[in-house]
Amino acid sequence: MATPENKLAFDGGWEYAAAPESTDHIKVKKRYGLFIDGNFIAPEKGRYFDTINPANEEKLSRVAMASQLDVDKAVKAARKAYAGPWSRMKPKERGKYIYRIARIMQERAREFAAIESLDGGKPIRESRDVDVPLASAHFFYYAGWADKLEYAFPGRTAKALGVAGQVIPWNFPLLMAAWKIAPALACGNTVVLKPAETTPLTAMKLAEVIADAGLPGGVVNIITGAGDTGSALVTHPDVDKVAFTGSTNVGRIIQRALAGSNKKYTLELGGKAANIIFADAAIDQAVEGIVNGIFFNQGHVCCAGSRLFVQESVADEVVQKLKDRMETLIVGDPMDKNTDIGAINSRMQLEKIESYLEIGQQEGGTMHQSSCSVPDAGYWCRPTIFTGVSQSNRVVQEEIFGPVLAIQTFRTYSEAMSKANNTPYGLSGGVWTDKGSKIFKMTQGLRAGVVWANTFNKFDPTSPFGGYKESGVGREGGLHGLDAYTKLGAKK
Amino acid sequence: MSVTAIKTTSRIPDLSTVPAVDEVGVNERVARFQSRSIKSSSKVEALKLILSMIDLTTLEGMDTPGKVRQLSQKAIHLHDAMPNLPHVAAVCVYPMMVPVAKETLKGHDINVASVATAFPSGMSSLQVKLDDTRMAVDAGANEIDMVISRGAFLAGEFAYVFDEIAAVKEACGDVHLKVILETGELGTLDRVRRASVLAMHAGADFIKTSTGKIQPAATMQVTLVMLQAIKDYYYETGRMVGMKPAGGISTAKLAVHYLVMLRETLGNAWMTPEWFRFGASSLANDVLMQLRKQSTGIYQSADYFSQD
Repeated sequence: MATPENKLAFDGGWEYAAAPESTDHIKVKKRYGLFIDGNFIAPEKGRYFDTINPANEEKLSRVAMASQLDVDKAVKAARKAYAGPWSRMKPKERGKYIYRIARIMQERAREFAAIESLDGGKPIRESRDVDVPLASAHFFYYAGWADKLEYAFPGRTAKALGVAGQVIPWNFPLLMAAWKIAPALACGNTVVLKPAETTPLTAMKLAEVIADAGLPGGVVNIITGAGDTGSALVTHPDVDKVAFTGSTNVGRIIQRALAGSNKKYTLELGGKAANIIFADAAIDQAVEGIVNGIFFNQGHVCCAGSRLFVQESVADEVVQKLKDRMETLIVGDPMDKNTDIGAINSRMQLEKIESYLEIGQQEGGTMHQSSCSVPDAGYWCRPTIFTGVSQSNRVVQEEIFGPVLAIQTFRTYSEAMSKANNTPYGLSGGVWTDKGSKIFKMTQGLRAGVVWANTFNKFDPTSPFGGYKESGVGREGGLHGLDAYTKLGAKK
Repeated sequence: MSVTAIKTTSRIPDLSTVPAVDEVGVNERVARFQSRSIKSSSKVEALKLILSMIDLTTLEGMDTPGKVRQLSQKAIHLHDAMPNLPHVAAVCVYPMMVPVAKETLKGHDINVASVATAFPSGMSSLQVKLDDTRMAVDAGANEIDMVISRGAFLAGEFAYVFDEIAAVKEACGDVHLKVILETGELGTLDRVRRASVLAMHAGADFIKTSTGKIQPAATMQVTLVMLQAIKDYYYETGRMVGMKPAGGISTAKLAVHYLVMLRETLGNAWMTPEWFRFGASSLANDVLMQLRKQSTGIYQSADYFSQD
């Protein structure tokens, strides 16, 4: 066990010099209009708002605030494109457009990664190595389904739904756009997508890609705006299908608004995943899994492993190793290639996280943060853990959406199981053990849509993603992801 | 296999309490180290540190006094065209060559490390191995690099392996002992972890990956597992143990990745030649070439760097 005498020294000594990713190659316009019917046009009411870099609070660009009139225009364009070229197009041709989008995204990968980090705050290493490659991969994957829908549902025909209204969050802006647009197009739908208020830029660049790919006007429309824009979009009478990823609270509001309507919907909402470490786990790799589970993307991950359950006999060891590992995490400029934890996406989100840090301490939890320095300007939160908390604490129950981990111990597998499931959420979970039979037993009993064994936060376009209970309804990705964008009929 | 009982004060650890190692997880952590971007001043600092951690090595059947003399000269004069370079940590040779190395290195602050214990196979009696060790120690070696009995380890004879290490440690007296696990023959990362724990409890001052005589030699994966074992042992006993990856590290780029791994696993206290070595021969010239490039902006041809 570490003591003051034998504590390892991670500060000082040989340190990494700044390794900034170049931004010379990126092109961001001073102002973007709304992408409707194949062109960027001004918003009806002429209103724009700033988007800033959360690492230094500097303005990056201005984007349009779409009003009800603009939403109407976009949905109309989508309807016209659906009734016109898109629903009549041969599926194979549809697939070609989607492939083209995927390839152009890959060609511009470096620019996309840089803009994603500037606009949203995530480390360039993550946008470069995870977000952008996965986004292209989704387009490639669903391009392949476009002409194979007759094989997707044995004995049934699959037809498009029509116009899809999609609202996405700020934590994986480009990736969420890919998750929404790719399957919708593959199944023959047209799209109106609203990116998050604080992260519109990669969506605007995606609009440029879509225009360059020659996609017929109106097939994909991207309109920027805030909460009202999203609300107008999902309740629009001429939208056939709603797809929303965001908080459970807003998901409830949407579900209520759609009740009694004919609209199909999928909701991918919040989570408070249990990451469970047994005494017979590969401990050092499990600690890495904890770090990946809660500190990846600053903890702005719906499926983050935000509740750690560690078997009591190894709890002290795991917590000590976790603290050591936290000391080596670099919090700083997202554009530095060595940064592990970037900026918190917005002032509002930072205040929310900080209020939970207060709550956790007031509730009697012991808070521990790494000792790293953080820059002066911008929004930052050091990696944080709470010990001495239990299922009845708010920091254990409520989704914080930041780099904050709540740690509890357990004695037996059934205790771990019942505590892991003791939450209204059910998006994901993780199990760490070297014993195969234990993996099967735990993963079958966990009430979560995505369960990882001896790993965490692994995504692939072929793998369906979605939650149980209040984490949402419907699945995205894989064969299951086609279900959301088709209506099935009997085979003739 | 029988072994002469030798009294030691160390006790064999319970290997069933050693944590499991997940290979996929290890590979991911290694990939993370490799994606660190080490530039400008931190790169120069790293390159110089690497030089100071090198054990220049020649372990060939065809080694002669001439060869060892020339290698030792290289150790003293790495690249006189560049001033203010650190010197390597040690020259590593067979026991018979220790006197030659000692003579050439007289007056210089460079250690002479000797392999021993029927290197590289270790396939001999304990008596022969202890005599081999004493020969090297008597000839003036500052450090002994021994090999464990891999056959015994794989056959489950952990007590034998433990006792053998303890006996060699005793034969070393005050001389610092590195224990070579020959990770390429152990087969799994779990075994590498257990062998590390065994060696440290038996008295190793350093644990070392390989003899360099078989493939695979050192890898970042086995090194990471060994560093993690060292951390656990340090927390348990308060005693620091050093680490030496040997064989297969011939580029400065790779060596820098190893330094990143060391830094982020054990921290600053281990970032010196006292606690970390690279067992390498051609690494030095690549590091010198990179240092030259950092200061002049261009790569010199390999012809400008001596090959000893």
